[in-house]
This record gives sequence, structure tokens and C-alpha cells, in this order.
Amino acid sequence: MSDDVWIIGAAMTPFGRYGGKDVIDLASEAAQLALGDAGLSVTEIQVLVVGNVAQADKMVAQRLQQQIGQTGIPAFNVANACATGASALRFAMSEIRAGNADMGLVVGVEVMGKAGLIGIRPPNRDRIFEPAGRYGAVMSVEGLLGTGTMPGIFAQLGVEYAGQHDGVGAEQFAKVAVKNHDNSALNPLAQYRKRYSLEEVMAAPMISWPNTNLMCCPTGDGAAAVVVCSAARLRTMDPDTRRRAVKISASAIQTAPWTEGDAALPDINAATRLAAAAAYEAAGIGPSDLDIVELHDCFATAELLHYDNLGLCEPGGAGDFIDSGGPMRNGRTPVNVSGGLLSKGHPLGATGVAGVFEVVTHLRAEAGDRQVPDAKVGLAHVLGLGTVAAIHVLERAANAA
Amino acid sequence: MSARVPLVNYLVLDDGDPHLLALRCDSCGAKFFNRRNACASCGGRGFTATRMANTGRIRTFSIVHRAPKGIPVPFVAAVIDLDNGGRIQANVLNGDVLNPDTFWPGTQVRLATFDAGTDSAGTVAVGFGYEIEKEAHV
Repeated sequence: MSDDVWIIGAAMTPFGRYGGKDVIDLASEAAQLALGDAGLSVTEIQVLVVGNVAQADKMVAQRLQQQIGQTGIPAFNVANACATGASALRFAMSEIRAGNADMGLVVGVEVMGKAGLIGIRPPNRDRIFEPAGRYGAVMSVEGLLGTGTMPGIFAQLGVEYAGQHDGVGAEQFAKVAVKNHDNSALNPLAQYRKRYSLEEVMAAPMISWPNTNLMCCPTGDGAAAVVVCSAARLRTMDPDTRRRAVKISASAIQTAPWTEGDAALPDINAATRLAAAAAYEAAGIGPSDLDIVELHDCFATAELLHYDNLGLCEPGGAGDFIDSGGPMRNGRTPVNVSGGLLSKGHPLGATGVAGVFEVVTHLRAEAGDRQVPDAKVGLAHVLGLGTVAAIHVLERAANAA
Repeated sequence: MSARVPLVNYLVLDDGDPHLLALRCDSCGAKFFNRRNACASCGGRGFTATRMANTGRIRTFSIVHRAPKGIPVPFVAAVIDLDNGGRIQANVLNGDVLNPDTFWPGTQVRLATFDAGTDSAGTVAVGFGYEIEKEAHV
């Protein structure tokens, strides 16, 4: 199709805790690696989109330009929780499809350091009680009316699924973490590269049952970048660039429709299911066509739910799927061969672009020790609490032609 | 006697008869516990305050062992499906935190209140949670 958008350059920095490098250092590194991968100069880029959460109001895109090339092109700053990087990619695609640009650069970046629990405020329990906020709370309700901590929210989402489906319990969730830590040992870009047994994962310090600390993603730093271009522009590129090009066959972003349960817990399932349905339809494929999936395993409990939400298993069958090895690197549909957020890491704004980088690298057969053999079609999924799901379906050039 | 105020404004203390009050959309019946600009389900703007049931079942839970400084752990965070509709987040106030099966989805619970804190003027904030009534899990 004439409005197809292609990825011709992709890169990421190793994820980790850098200390000395700031947001612009990491963004520059990923951007320049991606430009080099595409064989382009920054002067050939016509639109820049940067995804970042913590400095969303601080013009990261323009500050990046000031370090790597102030060419006067339109630049945009995107924030969409943990779907920030994927939303930045989508925005660049829209610019290309609208005819505003032929060639775009997308960068996702985050510097978090060792942040500990995120998503909750410390208690404020010594002032005079006055109702405040939309619930008229007179003091912080964390720990008094449930929890707003991320491990606690995602633990409850996992237990909700376990309560509805036989054959799902703490052990099935723990197996997800065993798999992803094992996969990360083969990925030189991962924040952690250590293997753990099922017993070690389940005996690790408990954060929010059933999630132990080995079942929770770390905070960290990192950046990823992709260069995207129009089909028309791709036709003018050299044969090697065309051979290595990866087609974005679908870009689906959905928010969560209202349910009664929203008053108690965010719904991560509906947004992902809607995005998956839209993505499969747009790409003209089904889940059985996928050779590789990178999905949003911010907590081990979340990954299990998304097997079902993405249709990788029979409805209700996520427990059987992990028990039978379906998502293992040599299984029916390898999931998170990068190590996933659990072990590769989750620098918020970088994550969505890094998932796309991982799939692109396998489709190009350039993933080294962790390569999924003969990968033709892949899917990258992220989930931002609040709630938004983003899915990109990617196909290698020979497959898409 | 010191003043007693609800921890959140959807908890009604009503001497000896505490209960939750939801805003029910006049158009579609969707229920909300927070201040509204309009209905998130249908866009309707009319709401009627509705008393919610004090009984329900645990829909899901987590035993929270790691929390911000100053918050006692472990505690049991849960989501309760209220009888006659509505879903709410709260703690389970009894049960065995060393035995997750105690709280398994489907377990019947009933609303209970507790003193959540006292401010510098001596006013007590009254919170709510749920107590397990009996094993409903079969």
C-alpha cells in the first residue's frame, strides 16, 4: 500500500543504571546509532518525535536537536505513560502518512536511576483533616483503602485472572519470570543477565503477593531509536537498506472503555484486546502467524494475562500456555526473548521503541545468540496504566513484498 | 468526645449504620464513587446518590509486603464485588496473611469500619474495609 511506513534504522543503548549520563546523552547515543544503522545523516530527517515521561514538559526533542543537529524540522514531545515510546512511533507514522514528511526519527528515552516503588505519594498524616481531591479524602489512603503501588495493582490483576481460570496460580506467574530472566542471559543489551530457578524466583523477597522482587521489573536508564520512512522514499534507497527494511503492518492504539471495575482497578485487558483486534485486522494476520512477540511484562502477572489478551493461547488458557512451554524461546510463540521488562529493563519512555527494536532485529536475522530462527512476522505491545495499549505488527521486507 | 469524620466522602458514617454512597447515572445506571463532571459510560450529566450494599465477594486481592515508608505491612489490598452491583477497592481486615487461600476470589465479606488516624486537632478519620464472613470458595 502506498501509505505503508517502513523502519530502515533501529538501535538501543544497553539498559541499566548509568549514573553519569543524562537524558540527552542517552537519546543522542540511540539516535546516532539508529541514523548510522540507516546510513543517514541527521540532515536527511524531516520530523523528530521524542518520547519521555519524567521530563515531558522540558522539550527533550529540542534539547536533543541542540546536541545532534538543529536543522529546523518539526519536533514533537510525546508522553503517554508506559506507552510513550510506542505513541511516539505512531505519531511519526502519522506525520509520514499525512504527507508532512518522508523520513522521521523516533527516540524513546528515560533516566530513572534506582527509583524504588513508583506511582504512589508518601502519606501525609499529620495535618488538619480536610476533604481533598475527587474522593474527598482527608488523608492519604495508601495502605488504608487498598494500594496504588504498581506491584500491588498488577498483582491484583493477576489474581483476578487466577480466580476466573483454573490452572493459574503463583507458580504459573513465577514461571514467566524464570523464562524472561533466562532469556536475558543471551541479550548483551539487558539490564540484568542472570538466570534463576523457579524455587529462587518464588523464594525471593515478597513485594506484593504473588509478585516477588524477581517478578517485578527494575527501574533504570536507557534509550532506543528507529528511523521511519515512506514507501516512496524507501524505493529510492540502496538495495541493502531495502533488504533490511521492516514494514510496519499495523499500528493500533486503544484506551480502556468504561467498566464498573474502573472505580477499583485499572482495566489492562480491554485496551490490549481492542488494540490486538485492530492490529490483526490491519495487518491481515492472526496470532498464529506471529514468530516473535515482545509484550509488556512490567510484572510477571501481567505477561500471563497478555497471552490471553493477544490471543496467543486458547481463551482462559494462559496457565496451560506457560506450563506447556508455549512462550519459551523454542516454543510455539516465543515471548520476550529480549528478557522483557522484567530483566532487560523498563526505562519508561524508551520501552516501546526498544520492543520494536527487538522485533526488527530478529526480522533482520541480526539478533545473534538470541535470534529466533526464520522470524518473518512479529508483534510489539506496551501498556500504559491509566489506561492505553499500543501494538505494532512488523514484517520483514521479503515477507511484506 | 473527639470529632469523627469519614476518611473519604463516599463513606457515610450515620451512627451505627455505616455504608457507601455511590453516584448513579440517571441515564445508564453506571455507578461512581468520585466527584463527576459527567458519566464516563454514556456522557450523561444527571446523577442520584445511591446506597450500596454492605456485603459482597472478594474479586481479587494482593498481600502487600512493600509500601512507602510509614505504612504498616503486610496488609491485604482487595477489590470487592458488592452485592447488587458496584466494585470498590479496600483492605480485607481479617484473615491469615500467611495463607493467601484465605482471601481467594469468591470469599464473602461484609463492610466494617476502623479508626484510620487522628489529626493534630484530635479529629479521628474513620476508614472502611471488609471482614471475611465465611468460606464461599468451593
